[in-house]
Amino acid sequence: MAAPAQTPILLLADIDEPGLATREVYERRGGYESLRRALAMTPEQVLAELEASGLRGRGGAGFAMGKKVSFLPKGSIEKYLVCNADESEPGTFKDRELMQKTPHTLIEGIVIASYAAGAARSFIYIRGEYVLQADVLDAALVEARQAGYIGENILGSGHTLSLVVHRGAGAYICGEETGLLDSLEGKRGNPRLKPPFPANQGLYQGPTLINNVETLATAPTIIRMGGAEYAKLGTETSTGTKVVSVSGHVQRPGNYEVELGIPSREIIYGLAGGPREGRAIKCWFPGGSSSPVLTAEDLDIPYDFDSLGKAGSMLGSGAIIVVDDTTPILDVAMKTAKFYRHESCGKCTPCREGTNWTVKMLERIDAGEATPMDLEIMASVQEHIIGNCLCVLGDAMAMPIGSMIAKFREEFEAHIERARMLRGVSDVAGSDFALAAQGALQEHPDGRLAPIGAGEQAPGEHRGEPGTQKGGA
Amino acid sequence: MTPRGWDTPADLEKDPATIPDPSEVEVPAALREEIEQHMSHYPDRRSATLPALAAAQRLHGWCSPEAIEQVASVMRLTPAYLESVASFYDMLETSPRGRHSIYVCTNISCSLCGADELYAAFAARAGEGVGEEPLNVRSFECLGACDIAPMASVDGVYIGPLTTEDVPRVLEDLRAGRDVLPEKQLARRLVADPHANSREFPEHPVHRLTLPFDPEVPPERAAFGPPMGALEEDAADPPAAIEPQPEHHEEDAS
Repeated sequence: MAAPAQTPILLLADIDEPGLATREVYERRGGYESLRRALAMTPEQVLAELEASGLRGRGGAGFAMGKKVSFLPKGSIEKYLVCNADESEPGTFKDRELMQKTPHTLIEGIVIASYAAGAARSFIYIRGEYVLQADVLDAALVEARQAGYIGENILGSGHTLSLVVHRGAGAYICGEETGLLDSLEGKRGNPRLKPPFPANQGLYQGPTLINNVETLATAPTIIRMGGAEYAKLGTETSTGTKVVSVSGHVQRPGNYEVELGIPSREIIYGLAGGPREGRAIKCWFPGGSSSPVLTAEDLDIPYDFDSLGKAGSMLGSGAIIVVDDTTPILDVAMKTAKFYRHESCGKCTPCREGTNWTVKMLERIDAGEATPMDLEIMASVQEHIIGNCLCVLGDAMAMPIGSMIAKFREEFEAHIERARMLRGVSDVAGSDFALAAQGALQEHPDGRLAPIGAGEQAPGEHRGEPGTQKGGA
Repeated sequence: MTPRGWDTPADLEKDPATIPDPSEVEVPAALREEIEQHMSHYPDRRSATLPALAAAQRLHGWCSPEAIEQVASVMRLTPAYLESVASFYDMLETSPRGRHSIYVCTNISCSLCGADELYAAFAARAGEGVGEEPLNVRSFECLGACDIAPMASVDGVYIGPLTTEDVPRVLEDLRAGRDVLPEKQLARRLVADPHANSREFPEHPVHRLTLPFDPEVPPERAAFGPPMGALEEDAADPPAAIEPQPEHHEEDAS
């Protein structure tokens, strides 16, 4: 791995090497050596390495992986390991790349983790849309079985593991761990009440370890480097490297592996090339569409779990979505809210109704039927969703929408006024919109209002130009 | 026989459909075999519901009442249970759709890059169909390929970034049964991270991924041992319905 010193590449190392998806090439690159090393240790030693690494779950919640494994009861009780490959968080596509290009890394990680947890049956729950990736995994699985990495008495260690690739059928909620378990049991993917947590009572009522693809795929690296050595990467509480998916209004969207704790600016501008020519960043989601938005002022926040948490957002699944100043914030809010409305499973009232009413209120704003007071109501709806449901799907809408209302209030109000004016009901004397109604201002094609004949102004005048918003929370 | 649709009003006088009698339901051999194979992978055969419904949908084009009945007959589940599952998932169709599907991602990242126009362009031409079949064009939530935004999944093949000008080509390829827009397929795309690939590879990585599958080797049934539910024992005698039993068996103290 001859990558630059400041960027240790662990997961994506030579990921485009031809044939890396085959066991032959993977082994030539040192694949499955970590598994041999792990099987030579006791399960407790493997667990100790995982705990020492400080690896935090890469799926969204950021829970320490080693700790999760240690929560499983000991003894000969039938335990399960489930790999969450139902990657559906908008903006996230890291697991897709890992599974498609280096499926054996995931399989090796699953065997190592199952050895530490004492699980004899494992499942990869992959979203149904990932057809190619599931085929690649199936093919890799056949090879792994032939080589004896999966099956009975793996490499003579006495550890036994079965692995099944289970294809979902399109439901965001099945990425939630208990919804996933229900779906894997052949039911509708409704989340369950917690506790009991899956570690005690999960799949088929047995103790279950559920981890994200990236988390499990990191296990071989940890065994190779040693937990303590791995923990030196990143920051004290966010160790290691992370594959970040950058998308939206950037010049080079894609997956980038970064050491946790580097400035967010370096990812968005350095790696992904920043916004398009002549545009400025209006806001960005640091961890998928469920994370509260940040603005251009927040670009210097280190990209790790705690720093983003302190800034009022979260690292989530590590998916940065950049929105530039050409997009009205209402459009972003509407897309976000409609997504969660569609994906709400309908089990808990605050989420089912809250997502629906939020969409309706946003539509009212756009139709010119709203007043600024509706923003208060909408913000309070969000507060009433958070923490009141079985799972966090409702929260995942409430947090970003709440943050948009808080940070782009002026723009929302302007939008309300403009829409009312266009409907002919504006009554704010002297406002831009009242003036426009009198013919003193005209609407430019891009939606700005300007005095007639004033010509082109800098874009972003009425659109919450970055820097004019109050950042942070 | 014309398919009975879900739109026909419910007959309230009628008892709910029970698990179909295997001797009365004709199930295509290939479908039966596939479903049985899926069931053998899990400790609880009900886990095979999603793959079984997907297999039936591939055969029938949608989860029609006939398709549901066949799955119910093989899996020993009630049709109502299967329908409740099918109606939950986006990829299982509970009304007749075309066999060919185009899912256009219209979630945040794609829509920032023009997915709404792309979807409109596809939707405008959906009526043309593919051969005799109607074409199933849908706007879909995030398909997990924001790096190639705006993108679409054509019969499960991811392509992007697309412009509205690509739409005729996609439809043409689909009708001709060709590989759809090969140069824009996700399978050929390299990772964006400039640090990821450190060496020059001998041959160029840009090629269509070939699976190391040997089609001659049948997929393994179960990795080892009989499934927890001991399906083999039940094979002679159809097992009882799952639903009437209590959901969770507590460990008996006795």
